[in-house]
Amino acid sequence: MELLTPGTGLLIWQIIIFGLLFILLRVLAWKPIMQSLRIREDSIQDALDSAENAKLEMTKLHSDNQKLLEEARVERDAILKQARHVSDVLMEEAKAEASKQTEKMITDARLAINIEKKAAMAEVKTQVAALSLQITEKLLRKNLESDKAQKSLIEEFVKDINLN
Amino acid sequence: MAAKQANNTFTKVFRAFLVMLLFTGFGYNSVLASSSEEEGFNASEVILHHVMDDHVWHFVDGHYGTLHLPIILYSEAKGFDIFSSSNFYDEDHNLKPYKGYVLEHGHITLENNPDAFVLDLSITKTVFMLMITAVVVLLIFIAVARKYKTNTGKAPTGIQSFFEPIIVFVRDEVAKPNIGDKKYEKFMPFLLSLFFFILFGNILGLLPGAANLTGNIAVTTVLALFTFVITNINGNKHYWKHIFWTPGVPLPLKFIIVPVEILGVFTKPFALLIRLFVAITAGHIVMLALICLAFIFQSYAVGVGSTIIVLFISLIELLVAAIQAYVFTMFSALYIGMATEEHH
Repeated sequence: MELLTPGTGLLIWQIIIFGLLFILLRVLAWKPIMQSLRIREDSIQDALDSAENAKLEMTKLHSDNQKLLEEARVERDAILKQARHVSDVLMEEAKAEASKQTEKMITDARLAINIEKKAAMAEVKTQVAALSLQITEKLLRKNLESDKAQKSLIEEFVKDINLN
Repeated sequence: MAAKQANNTFTKVFRAFLVMLLFTGFGYNSVLASSSEEEGFNASEVILHHVMDDHVWHFVDGHYGTLHLPIILYSEAKGFDIFSSSNFYDEDHNLKPYKGYVLEHGHITLENNPDAFVLDLSITKTVFMLMITAVVVLLIFIAVARKYKTNTGKAPTGIQSFFEPIIVFVRDEVAKPNIGDKKYEKFMPFLLSLFFFILFGNILGLLPGAANLTGNIAVTTVLALFTFVITNINGNKHYWKHIFWTPGVPLPLKFIIVPVEILGVFTKPFALLIRLFVAITAGHIVMLALICLAFIFQSYAVGVGSTIIVLFISLIELLVAAIQAYVFTMFSALYIGMATEEHH
């Protein structure tokens, strides 16, 4: 057993014990340890990846929502605008119709009034004429009750005729 | 929460080490105390005695201070023999022959035929340390693995959160960059076993009274041998082609390059085994040399000074323990990566 020459016995022992240690550690320690390490690292990587994906999805969802909202707003504006237009048109039409109706009613009324007026006038004229006749008749009858009166009248008429 | 817990665990472990390191000095001192009483203190002998393997494990002086480890022998003449190493020592701690075997300078030979081959399979100090390290590593990582099973889908806690960063470090900083994302998984068990065996061997070796496991050349040789075998078993077509018929090199140069490449197959693991052996053994030698100063100068003042310096050297050794485990694993991964690399 010198310092620089390996002892045969120790060489053999070292081969056996280190070999055994290697095999035992390989089966009992390194295999489960490396496996667990890999599984854990994989799961951490998976978790990180899925977090990243979730984040991406969130932003996508968010922008989608934004887009949807924007679209809804535009659509709402369009609908409102159209509705306003339609209501305007309707109102305009209604107004026009109403004024036309009124116009017509007024014209009709005026016409009717005129006709009534004319009728009334005519009747009034007839009445007046009839009354005049009656009055005249009564007047004449009263004035011409005496012969003297009749004579003077005739004389007057004759005078007028002569004058002409 | 988990991080805080891990931090707590780390603080606890760190404190434990600091306390142990404080005792390191005392441990060494007590070991050395007897040597200095004898005439002519021989520092290099003491140091080498510590860093080398032995058939007994000497903790402290006295009757119970020494652990007599079992001796297992095989020789053609006598077959297998198992007995305690205490049989080689008489009452006065002098060596004596037993059952026809002689123990001399750590070598066991046959009494009547010193040149015959005797296979010494004894549970020596280093083998015992090796067993302790292996059991510690095994128990710790079985506990960690159990935590992973009971704690599925939850944050790591306790011992699991203490070792997970190291396991992930080996995977992400050692295996993946050197071997590649596709193939690294196949070599993870080897690299993790290698890393933690060396790390625990280095750190446990720093404990007072512990044996110098990873600073033993036989141990590092086997570790490098494993890397060598795994590298070459998994070497692909391109790897072998590169060695035996290096592409892009003119034919006359191939006669020089190819032997160099073939040599390179062996020098790579050789560099691994030498690096770890030297780094750890040198650390132990430096610490022991500093402690031995006290016995060389026979002075308490030097003893206090050297103990303080040894404390700091021990901290550096902790760093070296981690760095050497990293470097050995990293280079193993690099060689495996070079052998399995896909070329386009």
